[in-house]
Parts: sequence; C-alpha cells; structure tokens
Amino acid sequence: MIQKKNHGDLRIVLEVWRQNGPGAPGAFEEHEVMANEHMSFLELLDVLNEQLVESGKEPFVFEHDCREGICGSCAMTIDGKPHGPRDRTTACQLHMREYRNGDRVRVEPWRANAFPVVKDLMTDRSAFDRIQQAGGYVSINTGSAPDAHAIPVNKENADMAFDAAACIGCGACVAACPNASAMLFTSAKLSQYTLLPQGQPERDQRALAMVDQMDAEGFGNCTNHYECEAACPKGISVTNIARMNREYARATLRRRN
Amino acid sequence: MTIADSPNSSPRLDSKVPGGPMDERWSRHKFDLKLVNPSNRRKFDVIVVGTGLAGGSAAATLAEMGYNVKSFCIHDSPRRAHSIAAQGGINAAKNYKGDGDSVHRLFYDTVKGGDYRSRESNVHRLAEVSVDIIDQCVAQGVPFAREYGGLLDNRSFGGAQVSRTFYARGQTGQQLLLGAYGAMNRMIHAGRIDSYTKREMVDLVVVNGVARGIIVRNLVTGEYERHAAHAVLMCTGGYGNAFFLSTNAKNSNVTAAWRAHKRGAFFANPCYTQIHPTCIPRSGDYQSKLTLMSESLRNDGRVWVPEKEGDPRAPQDIPESERDYYLERKYPSFGNLVPRDVASRNAKTVCDQGRGVGPTGEAVYLDFGDAIRRDGKDAIAARYGNLFEMYERITGDNPYEVPMRIFPAVHYTMGGLWVDYNLESTIPGLFVLGEANFSDHGANRLGASALMQGLADGYFVIPATIASHLAGRQLEAVSTNDDAFKEAEAKARERAEKLLACNGNRSVDSLHRELGNTVWNYCGMERTAEGLQEGIAKVRDLRAEFWSNVKVNGDPNHVNQDLEKAGRVADFMEFAEVMFNDALVRDESCGGHFRAEHQTEEGEARRDDENFAHVSAWEFTEEQKLPTEHREQLTFEEVKLTTRSYK
Repeated sequence: MIQKKNHGDLRIVLEVWRQNGPGAPGAFEEHEVMANEHMSFLELLDVLNEQLVESGKEPFVFEHDCREGICGSCAMTIDGKPHGPRDRTTACQLHMREYRNGDRVRVEPWRANAFPVVKDLMTDRSAFDRIQQAGGYVSINTGSAPDAHAIPVNKENADMAFDAAACIGCGACVAACPNASAMLFTSAKLSQYTLLPQGQPERDQRALAMVDQMDAEGFGNCTNHYECEAACPKGISVTNIARMNREYARATLRRRN
Repeated sequence: MTIADSPNSSPRLDSKVPGGPMDERWSRHKFDLKLVNPSNRRKFDVIVVGTGLAGGSAAATLAEMGYNVKSFCIHDSPRRAHSIAAQGGINAAKNYKGDGDSVHRLFYDTVKGGDYRSRESNVHRLAEVSVDIIDQCVAQGVPFAREYGGLLDNRSFGGAQVSRTFYARGQTGQQLLLGAYGAMNRMIHAGRIDSYTKREMVDLVVVNGVARGIIVRNLVTGEYERHAAHAVLMCTGGYGNAFFLSTNAKNSNVTAAWRAHKRGAFFANPCYTQIHPTCIPRSGDYQSKLTLMSESLRNDGRVWVPEKEGDPRAPQDIPESERDYYLERKYPSFGNLVPRDVASRNAKTVCDQGRGVGPTGEAVYLDFGDAIRRDGKDAIAARYGNLFEMYERITGDNPYEVPMRIFPAVHYTMGGLWVDYNLESTIPGLFVLGEANFSDHGANRLGASALMQGLADGYFVIPATIASHLAGRQLEAVSTNDDAFKEAEAKARERAEKLLACNGNRSVDSLHRELGNTVWNYCGMERTAEGLQEGIAKVRDLRAEFWSNVKVNGDPNHVNQDLEKAGRVADFMEFAEVMFNDALVRDESCGGHFRAEHQTEEGEARRDDENFAHVSAWEFTEEQKLPTEHREQLTFEEVKLTTRSYK
C-alpha cells in the first residue's frame, strides 16, 4: 500500500509509463498524488517517487537537472503533448495551476525510433550529439581568434542567429513530429552558422555533413506539419527548416566531386 | 623565493606564484614553464571530468593541442552541464564602451569584490585573459548581443561601474557552453576526444602520490569502469546543493571533489558560499529547487519592504511614504546595485525585523512600477520579458502589475579544492578548474565573473600550465590492473552496496532536505560560533541517521537515480561538517561569510586582516576525525586593503 503525502487539495491521477529497457515491454501505471497549484510538474513526480520509495517500490526514472527550462534534460509527453499543455514551456517549468482537482494526466517518454527508451521516461538522445559532431561548429583552435570587433555582424542577422541558437536540444520537436523528424533541431544549429560570417568558410560542408548524419540516425523527413514549432519550448521557427533545405540544395549543387 | 612563501604559510601550500611586476607575471610564468613538444603530446592521456565551461573548454583545447583527451560527464550529453543555466553575462576588460575600463580595473574590482580574500596574481591573470575569451567565443560563432552598427553590445552588471559585461539575452551561459561543446564536438569527430557520457566519477586513483586515473560508474548499466591517464582535470562545479535548496541544477554535487579530498586534495575555504539576492521565494515543503532571476533586474527594479512590521496590505495599497527602499536608503551611491552579499544580508535583516512580505514572510519586493512609468512597458518587456514570463509561470503573478517577490538563495560556492598558480591541487597531477577550485573569487564573487573564470581556466590557463606536470615529472606507465585501481573500485562498489543494504525508512530526499535546512539555518547568511557548534552536532546526528535509516530501492545494475542521489547526499553529509568547521575557525566576517559577532555598528561585515588574510585549506585525516587546517597567507601588493564600502 502506498503512503500518500498530502501537499494540498489538488487530487491528480497520474498514468506514468513504466518500461525496463529498450526491448522490454512497457505499460502505464496508475498512481494518485495530492498536489497544490504552486508545485511544478516535476515536483509532482518527485512527490510520487518519494511515496513509491517509502512504500518499498521503485521510483520512476525521468531526466531532469536545471529545472529552469534551459538544460534540455527533461523530456516527457504529457497528455499527448511534448512538455505538456502550456506553450513555450518545458515540463520542468510547467506548474500545477494548469490542472484542476481530479484531473487524469498521462505521462510517457518521447516516442521515436531514433530515441530508444532507456528506462521509464528516459530515452537515449545521443543521436543529437552525433548530428552536432558531424559539423555543428566553427573550426577554430583556441588562441587563434582575431579581435572580437574585427568581425562586425549585421544586427538583424545576429538576432536571427540567436533565435536559432536558443535550441536546448530537448527533442520535443522529434517527439511531436508524426515522422519523428529531427529537421527543426538540425536546421536550428545550421541556421545559426549560416547567418553569421564566422560560419561561411565551412557552410557547404556543414550542411551536407549534418543532414547526412541526421538521415543516418534514422529520423524521418519533414512533411510540413509544423508540430515541431508548436511543441518547441524555445519557439524555434520552421523557417529554419526551409533555410536548411536551401542550404543542402546549394551545397549539393556546388559539390565539386 | 616565490611571493607566497611567507612564514605564515603551510609548507604544504606552495602557491607557485611567480615574482616580478604583477602585470608581467603570467607572461613570464608561461615563458618559464616547460613545454611539451607537439609531437610528444600524443603520448599523454588527459582525463577531464565535467563538461561545463571549464571542462568543455579544457577538453577541446587540450585535444586541439594534440593531447589524448578522455571527457566524462554525468549527463546524457556534454551540453547539459550546469554552466548552461547562467543567465546574465561574462565580464571582459575590453573597454569597448570607452568608459575607462582596463585589465587593472577588472583586477581591482574583483579583488575588492572578493573582500580581499583571493590571490592577487590569479585574479590579475583572470583579468588579462578575459579579453581573449571574448575573441575566442565570437570566432566560434557565439551569438552575443550586438548593436545596430554590428559591434558587440555591453552592459553594466552586478554592481560594476563600467559596462564590461557581454551577454546573449538571458542565456549567456547556454551560448558560451554551446560554443565550448561545439569545439569539443569538432575534436570528438576528429577522434581526439573520447566522450563518456552518463558516467559519474566515484573515486580518484592515486599511484605513487600522483593522480593517475579515476573510477566511474556507468549510470545506465551500473558498471564500474577504470580509466588511467597522465593527468586528471576536475571541472566538477560547486557544492551549493549541500543546502538542498539552491539555484544549482539538481544533479550538481560535491562527490568528485570530496572523493579527491579524501585522497589527499585539500579543500579550501568551504565556508565561502554565495547567496544570490534575486531568487523566487519558496512556496512549500515539496520545493525541489530555487529559481534565480537575473541580477540584471536590479538595474531597473527597486527593492523595498513596508515600513511597518507585519503590514497585511497588498503592495499596491501601501503608499510611497510607507515603503522602505532600504538599499537606496542605506547605500545611496550604489543603491539597488550593491554586490550580492550586501543585498542578500539586507534582505535577511528586514525579514528578521518582521517586515518580510508574501505568505511566508521570507521575501522582499522588487518593484518595476517606476521603471514602467518612466520607460514604458514595452521597453521593460524588451529588457526583461523572458524573466517576467518565467516569474509569472512559477508564481502565477504578473510582475508588470504587481511587484515581484524575491528572496536570497544559495547560488555559487567560492570555496573549492585548493590549487596553486598552475591550478594543480595538493595531489600532483590533479588539476582543478572553474567553480570546483577556490582561487579567484575570494569571499564573494561578482556578477558575470563565473563564466569568465571557467573559460579562462579551460581555454587559456590549463593548456599552458599542464606542461609543468607532463614535462616536469617522470611519469611511469600505469595499468588499470594496478592495485590502486582495484582498491579504489572495490571501495566504490562497497559503498554502493552499503547504501542499498541499509533498507531503512527514509527517502534520500527527506534526509537531504533535513541536511539542507540545518546548513541554511546555521551556516547560511549569518553565522555565529554558538550556532555553528550546534549545527555540527546536528550534522553528525543526521549522518548517523542517514547510514542507519536511508532507503534506496531498485537495481544497482541499471539506471538507478535513487542510488546516484544517495551517494551524493552521503558525501554532502561529510562535507557539511568541514564547511561548518571552516566557518567556525574563520572568526571574522568577510564577503559571503558573515559572522554576527563581527559587524560594524551599521551591521556591515567587519574583516580582520591582521589574523585572517589567509586561505584555510583542510586536509583529510581519517573517517569521523576532524580535518587538519593548513593556511596560505595572502599578500596584497597592488590593491590596498580597505573596508569595502558601497555607501
């Protein structure tokens, strides 16, 4: 029997995904938690886990760290929406004032072949790292940089580059996409460098390498549903995907061999 | 003779600070250091633990130079290290605004801001390389804020009277970290860095007195792994989570540093903790962490509390004449922009007087009413929109209409493992970078200087100083089958088994929370000898309770976040006692360390330079025994010791 802690009068029935590993079968488990409106959604899961631990049961595994919406660790689909019901909000920044007494809430991991479940709500997102490793950088050794003011950048471009660079790498775009496409993620990084003078020397090579790696990881293609933009907690725009397509086409045409 | 070879310093603490004029020391030292020939670098393996600004920049740079780097992090990706959460900015003495900034001024401000408890030579080096950091990051494509002319924008930040802070909206940390992560990725792709994610360092391996490897636990499979190298760099951040509630990420911990401490690395100034004044107050006992609101808010927000104790009125119903803008009143020249330690302590004072606001009485107002009337809502939204949004999400209040409520929270720790000028700890071959070391911020860190220090250590200091070890010492071959590796792994396994075997009644979190309360109440913003002694007794009792009554469920051979937490909390329980002792022995007030016995009539910190202008570095002796204190005398040649005044 699970000892319930009473943190308020908001009764929430949680259905949380339990799965022991990538190949193991999974299922939803139902639990009740008493919450209050100031609690964050992850604190709700903390309370649930504490109840489970004290009752001798295994707590649910979920990734989290900064709990300020910037590290990109937390990753869960809440009632069918990556990161839950509130726009531009990571799961860690979602608060229980979005819910009413008696609500049933379903929590599950990102669903995508390229993000296999590690345990419960935790998935393996290392595919994102490999896409970045393929070319998501400017090749410059430490110590060889010119003075920062030697490279002026048009403010409009600088702002657009920043907007793209705001991606936190959480994977919500993939989870939201019916094709589990990683094009929003990949295009955001690519756009940051395409828009800046620093990114020009490696422009073609970067576009080809990152897109090829993205495909190799088994992510699907973009068919313009725009679910990614809607789910993105940082509001990364789908115009980045259009830019990536142009960049890829341009690089392909310019390819010398 | 080096400067710090003063008779008052412990012979175990040779700071290796070079002599000569302050502004020539770093270049002279670099020239004097041995070099590792480029073609020999591939013969050296370097372990870098942690992938924040310090670890990420060090791993990338050492790999570019030709060393074989193995990088470790506890996250699923190097990009998630807690440096990512830094909001405000990074200082550099570029003087792009032409407002009289210089390397010397940044150096001076940082030594003063640290309340004269840092090592002058280290701080000067930090100020010198600050300018190179900006160049490096811009070349990497870090999207700093720019002006319409295309040049970089700067702002004044954290009480600085010049505009030297570079920023990328409210996410400077993320953008700088992604720069370092990109540099790492390039080296991973080139096969120069082996990246090990989801690995937690659980012990340091010392062979013949030299750090030669680490033991890590694979957080996915539960397996223990042994890794050998010629040098180990620890870039593992601070110990703020000893308080349970802090602005640190939930997984930030002291374990790697504490394990190294128990292998012989001295822990310096653990009582220096920074309590940041602008955080969102706690709302209940389920609270898991506190959220920082960027200090930049104090540029336009006015801090106040009601004149009267226990005033029940809503803020908008309290007339101007009955509000106490206490920072502006007490510090007319700095006003709301006084340094963090001063702002935090004053918030505590007014709350202790019963004038705190909000449901808990532990909050003060940060009011944008005047700024909105003066500059318009749009201008304020452009500056702070994302912060206002975040505040509203968390509290449900709209700060455009009602004043924010803020309260101080633990944010950064200035103490850390003791290092010399080369960033080498008291264990040869073990280097400590970034927040994990103690060296640059003294007793109080200024805003926008943590990012600066992390990147200075990783991009520019360690690449030069590591040669002192690699080229300067005979390093025999070691194997991970050596006894030292076997012993360290066995010990780590045994500890985890002991935790799983306890099978008590209390969750790890409930014990951590209790520890945090004790540390906050007795070793927080205000400390007394009596309280510290009481706190030590409580910490000891709690440690006993932990080991007899903790409950850790689940499989040790799979992801087990409870087991991870339990190991970290066990270390915090031991660490806290050293922190208390350090605070007790430091019988003066300085920076973030405020001893109630030592204050001026106006309630300001009273330093005792005659007896305490030193670093206290603690040596581990044996389990359950008090550590031994060693001292490094601090000498001030450039900056005159004065009372820090912001009036």
